[in-house]
Amino acid sequence: MDTLDLARWQFAITTVYHFFFVPVTISLAAITAGLQTAWYRTGKEKYLRLTKFYGKLFLINIAMGVVTGLVQEFQFGMNWSDYSRFVGDVFGAPLALEGLLAFFLESTFIGLWIFGWERLPKLVHLGCIWMVVLGTQLSAYFILAANSWMQNPVGFRYNTARGRAEMTDLWAVLTNKVVLVTFPHTIFAAFMVGGAFVAGVALWHLIRRPLVDKDVFRSALKIGASVVLVASVGVAISGDLQGKVMTEVQPMKMAAAEALYQTEKPASFSVFTVGTLDGSKEIFSIKLPYLLSFLATGHFNGQVKGINSLQDAYEQLYGPGSYKPNIPLTYWTFRLMIGVGMASAAVALWLLWTTRRGRAPAPWLIWLAAPLPLLPLIANTFGWVFTETGRQPWLVFGLLPTASGVSPGTTSGEVITSLAGFTLLYGALAVVETKLMLRTIRGGLAGTDDPPEASPDQPDKPLSFAY
Amino acid sequence: MELTTVWFIAIAMLWTGYFVLEGFDFGVGMLFRVLGPNEPERRAAITTIGPVWDGNEVWLIMAGAATFAAFPEWYATLFSGFYLPLFLILVGLIVRGVALEYRGKRDDPVWRGRMDLMITIGSLLPALLWGVAFGNIVRGVPLDANHEYIGSFGTLLNPFALLGGVTFVAVFVTHGAIFLALRTTDDLRVRANRLATRAGVVAAVLTIAFLAWAQALRGDTVSIIVTIAAVVAFAGGLVANLVRREGWAFIGTTLAIGLAVVSLFVALFPNVMPSTLEPGSTLTAAEAASSAYTLKAMTIITAIFLPLVMVYQGWTYWVFRKRVMVAAS
Repeated sequence: MDTLDLARWQFAITTVYHFFFVPVTISLAAITAGLQTAWYRTGKEKYLRLTKFYGKLFLINIAMGVVTGLVQEFQFGMNWSDYSRFVGDVFGAPLALEGLLAFFLESTFIGLWIFGWERLPKLVHLGCIWMVVLGTQLSAYFILAANSWMQNPVGFRYNTARGRAEMTDLWAVLTNKVVLVTFPHTIFAAFMVGGAFVAGVALWHLIRRPLVDKDVFRSALKIGASVVLVASVGVAISGDLQGKVMTEVQPMKMAAAEALYQTEKPASFSVFTVGTLDGSKEIFSIKLPYLLSFLATGHFNGQVKGINSLQDAYEQLYGPGSYKPNIPLTYWTFRLMIGVGMASAAVALWLLWTTRRGRAPAPWLIWLAAPLPLLPLIANTFGWVFTETGRQPWLVFGLLPTASGVSPGTTSGEVITSLAGFTLLYGALAVVETKLMLRTIRGGLAGTDDPPEASPDQPDKPLSFAY
Repeated sequence: MELTTVWFIAIAMLWTGYFVLEGFDFGVGMLFRVLGPNEPERRAAITTIGPVWDGNEVWLIMAGAATFAAFPEWYATLFSGFYLPLFLILVGLIVRGVALEYRGKRDDPVWRGRMDLMITIGSLLPALLWGVAFGNIVRGVPLDANHEYIGSFGTLLNPFALLGGVTFVAVFVTHGAIFLALRTTDDLRVRANRLATRAGVVAAVLTIAFLAWAQALRGDTVSIIVTIAAVVAFAGGLVANLVRREGWAFIGTTLAIGLAVVSLFVALFPNVMPSTLEPGSTLTAAEAASSAYTLKAMTIITAIFLPLVMVYQGWTYWVFRKRVMVAAS
């Protein structure tokens, strides 16, 4: 493998890994803040206990999100220096805004929240977790604005003398129509993960320890499952809008999502296909007529352009070469994203139904406790793999091919070192994190008469929040 | 003033903020196992940086992102050129961040022992390598006509840069010990105070050697004056530490680190990546900079929000201003 492939693998591995923690952070911050607000307003002990329990799980998770995020910022320069030279003038701004407006907020107020339980007035302390929530939302917006610019570059001009893109309109970059639909889609998808996580943990406790804190975990199960359901509606609506924007700005990605080689009107959506996806052979497939037309255009009879005609058009525009992404990859990740996401919503609905009006969940449902949060998490991953590989062969759509972005001076030995190093380190940390997470989950809720948490001037016995 | 110059100063300020702030939490990370033989003391020591280290680290993220946005060429040359040191810095910061957050999440001495070791290594490695990196930036590295780094990892490990690395470690240990003396009580406070004196003498010698060498390599009148001010501040800090005026001692090392970083940037200007090969391959701030529009937009936004950030970060230090007491074991 050459440096280009190695650098791409490193980006894929580190980014997918980073994004295991991101949706949990975004949603669990808000859910924890919601629980603490419920405690503040009602004074009910159970909300405080849930706040501390899920808050601790949130902290275990966000630690991983923060440190793996550092790698993201560094590797643009390390592995993709020519990309950085080309886009820095535009792409750097949302990144800097993310640091200035979001990361400072998040990291400062999370410190205040962890160590401020005894030190700050209740309302101020509650405000701290909400500032963290605000930080996560802003962070998501800015980084998605940066990513959206790669999907649909706007607000710039190409400087021929410098051979780079230069920003002409920051507002246009921040209100790119792609980010306007991608942001809600990503946030709702994150809430599906966090809601499912809260519900899955509660389900495990309800079945495994039916007599311990039953009412508290019932509340948690209902809160979590409801969040999943509401978020799944949001994901579907925003995803639908996103499909239409994508068809407009990146028609090849939409065609690749369906492996649609010939332009069709109306176009159908295949649930799955047996055969080759290079368009040569199709043995068997289940098709839903008109659906692709609707997803892509909003009309059941809309025309969806096929890969072959888009390839011809791009050759006219950009010169000879292949402009097709990896079709089997985009085809399957697109379906799996939708299918796995829908499955997780179905599980959440089933859980709400089966625990209605005080009913205890059946013991066999414990097998759903772990898959429940993993399903939407995997759907998130599929979504990102789809949208990023669907952009190929472009790094910045229509402007910079992926092959032109890699660092020219970096050796394959260096990239192998960092690729292997990060992969091994991430693997080891995954084991540590998962074990700690499971141990904390099994530990259950702390008692209400526990010693006060984390007083910063007098570190008490093992504090669950502090160090 | 030219916007390019404004942003050069902004980048210098962000690195200054980073090293002043993370400097003491690196120092505490390197020291706390030595200073605190038992768990309550270790916990107290680590609690002094608990609420703030994460916010301190964002100064690094800001320095990186602002360099990306304001000087894309600088960011590209620096980060791709210093590949392996940056990789190791990342490994250190990852290990450290996770260990800091996880050490208290299990009540198990073996677990905590491992996490504590990771905190120490994860503080030492980045401190050392940032010194090596900044030594190399000031000294200059082999760049080709396209400002691409053409040296190897070994090129970066030259005597001047290694001296920079050791100096950073010694200065941060001193800064951290003084911070601990300022923020703890009783025995721990006394031990931190004594260690600061011993480490401070070593750090002072190294600092004078490193900064003098840096000025010999590429100094001008202004940078020499700033360097002298840094050394005086450091000496003042050590004297204050000796007479156990911990607040003044901390102000001294804070000023010293800030002025030392500033002296390096003053010496560097108007270049951002000097080349040891042909003068033409040196990257200047003007060549590396983003367009006027981008710099202007970023200037406005930063002018509004950075003061706000400094207010709420300052408030955190105010909230946790009381000394941390060691729990009775």
